[in-house]
Amino acid sequence: MIRIFAVIFTVLGSAAWAESLKLAVTTSFHNSGLSDILLPAIKEDTDIDVQLLVVGTGQALRLGEAGDVDAILVHSRAAEEAFVAAGYGTRRREIMYNDFVMIGPADDPARIGEAGTAADALALIAQAQATFVSRGDDSGTHKKELSLWDASGATRGGDWYRPVGAGMGAALNTAAGMDAYILADRASWLNFGNKAGLDLLFAGDPALFNQYAYIPVNPGRHAHVKADLAIALEDWLTSDRAKELIDNYMINGETLFTFNATNPS
Amino acid sequence: MGEIWEGLSAGFWLVVTLDADLVEITLRSLQVTLSAVVIASVIGLPFGAFLAIRRFRHRRATIAVLNALMGLPPVVVGLVVYLLLSRSGPFGVLGLLFTPTAMIIAQVIIITPLIASIAHQAIRDIWAEYHDLLISLSTSKRQRIKTLLWDGRRALITASLAGFGRGIGEVGAIMIVGGNIDNATRVLTTAIALETGKGDFALALGLGFVLIALAIAVNLAIHTIGRTESEGKW
Amino acid sequence: MVTSILPLRVSDAVVKRRKKRLLGPVSLDVTAEGFTIIMGPNGSGKTTLLRVLHGLERLSSGQVSWTVPLADAQIRQAFVFQMPIMMRRSVRDNLAYPLLVHGQGKTAAYQAAEIWADRVGLADALDTPAPQLSGGEKQKLALARALIREPEIVFLDEPCANLDGRATREIEAILKDAQAAGTRILMSTHDVGQAKRLADDVVFLMHGSIIEHTPAKAFFTGPKTPQATALLQGDIVE
Ligand SMILES: Nc1ncnc2c1ncn2[C@@H]1O[C@H](COP(=O)(O)OP(=O)(O)OP(=O)(O)O)[C@@H](O)[C@H]1O
Ligand SMILES: [Mg+2]
Repeated sequence: MIRIFAVIFTVLGSAAWAESLKLAVTTSFHNSGLSDILLPAIKEDTDIDVQLLVVGTGQALRLGEAGDVDAILVHSRAAEEAFVAAGYGTRRREIMYNDFVMIGPADDPARIGEAGTAADALALIAQAQATFVSRGDDSGTHKKELSLWDASGATRGGDWYRPVGAGMGAALNTAAGMDAYILADRASWLNFGNKAGLDLLFAGDPALFNQYAYIPVNPGRHAHVKADLAIALEDWLTSDRAKELIDNYMINGETLFTFNATNPS
Repeated sequence: MGEIWEGLSAGFWLVVTLDADLVEITLRSLQVTLSAVVIASVIGLPFGAFLAIRRFRHRRATIAVLNALMGLPPVVVGLVVYLLLSRSGPFGVLGLLFTPTAMIIAQVIIITPLIASIAHQAIRDIWAEYHDLLISLSTSKRQRIKTLLWDGRRALITASLAGFGRGIGEVGAIMIVGGNIDNATRVLTTAIALETGKGDFALALGLGFVLIALAIAVNLAIHTIGRTESEGKW
Repeated sequence: MVTSILPLRVSDAVVKRRKKRLLGPVSLDVTAEGFTIIMGPNGSGKTTLLRVLHGLERLSSGQVSWTVPLADAQIRQAFVFQMPIMMRRSVRDNLAYPLLVHGQGKTAAYQAAEIWADRVGLADALDTPAPQLSGGEKQKLALARALIREPEIVFLDEPCANLDGRATREIEAILKDAQAAGTRILMSTHDVGQAKRLADDVVFLMHGSIIEHTPAKAFFTGPKTPQATALLQGDIVE
């Protein structure tokens, strides 16, 4: 019996790709659809099969810590810096940014469209006790939302505040169903198919900018990670070819991402 | 209503055009779940029969545990398998996390108790029916087990099918241990979860209908094979 | 010829289940030849007694002994259950099964199956799944399956209970043939007419005890107990 298993495991195990790299990315990045453009180009240029694990930032960092992926691409600066400082990653490399937007019922009962800053907008929602859906999943978007709440000084936690513990798409579905406010990244929002009665109500505050960074997992901690491939991918992500693809990626005529990687010195 | 209709037609077009992604995902679903069913049957069917026929000290407790395991929440299984297979877990060196093998392992754990339990009930019923006859005919232990397994084959196929049904529609565990990686570990159920997440309900529903059709097709195929091989029903 | 497994000797056999005495103590000698009919009202212990003789029932005390070791005796006897046990297979496979498990070749086993199906009137049903047979057909199949290995002794527990008159006559003929061929027969029945036609001796049971065991002629002409008298007169036996 044990031998049968051993055979099955070896066969299936070796069926995994020879030149593949596991990259943990955030749902928001994946939902934007940019990966569908980048992955084939990466394959073409470097012959690397990038296998995306689409998770929240929190889990992406955990995957990196455990050595279950070769690199991560996330957007939560403080957590990323802690990750590198603890020796889990070799270095943090900024690649690009997009922005968060505030979505809500088209008639905007809390009047956040007139707010001056993102924090003010949240304060208005709290004041109106309008239903607000929070990712509540420790993702980058969730962390951003929490920092904005802190900046707003408003208290949240009433009946109207609904942490759903789900990815961006699922949370948007929930918001659409409840006609609620929600903080989303622009890409996920534009790509989202079930907008129902929701509309984009507030955007543009620099506090809503969302920086993506790439971190290879430290081979010093996990000898099995594919460090060479991770470096090759980093080189590609910071290349002119990546810049062109990222800057020109549009949904409904809108640019989503701005490439801002600095070439290695 | 409109969405269900769109889902149906989306599913229909995916199937008639033999969409390459759909074919790949479907084949992977089948590969993972059929492998899991075969392994779980190899373990579960004889174990169920053993429980039905042999008396031993903790038999009742074993059966109770087995029945409880049937209700194992797949996400918990997924989480445990994940922790075991993670690079920082005890079986990390095998490098199995986020591979189809990991998904098969999780599904084997989920469906083996189900298959064993149904097999146990089926064999127990036949054994109760046949007991006196098989003793009266002075059959050996081996002959008894062979006879019960053979005459219970329909029920045993049903047990395996139930395992297949639970496996093919399962999403919680394989999402966690497989990671839903495009071209590597994406299967029908995780693809449905993904499309739902994108708010693309039509495609999600389309995949859902493909999943249902697949489950029905496999059931029908196996029942047809079962019947042609010996006529009649009992 | 090998030594006969008979006589079978039962001494002070008692069967208790959950403190309740179902049978005994009974003592009985089953000689090498003859046709024994077991009679008695419902619940009197006929089935229990037959099962004790065949070794299916655990004894609380007492003994059942054959002239040869138990395992040898067991493969040379057969039992027809009150509720026929139909294996989930065709009639043909049911009939061949006892032969196949005892090492008979397939060709011979299936040949014998056809002969016996013909003898009990099931020739047309050879490929029917046995569980689909009618109640009477099931009893015929069970009988044929018991006799197919030509046992030295066969126990029959009300084998004609569901049969019509013609089928009963056919079965009785088969049993008489078997007896003529040297098979020892013990059979329970509620049918007084059948008992009269077949019995060489009669065992009469009440409340788990043998209250009369006499040659058939004596039993039917001059029963010793009032219960047996009542039975033969067609009264209700209390
Ligand atoms: N396993 C058992 N546990 C408890 N009681 C039992 C068991 N088997 C039989 N009995 C009881 O033993 C008694 C004798 O049963 P048995 O089947 O021998 O009667 P019988 O003479 O064959 O009756 P019938 O004419 O109805 O077939 C009945 O009262 C029955 O309820
Ligand atoms: Mg009885």
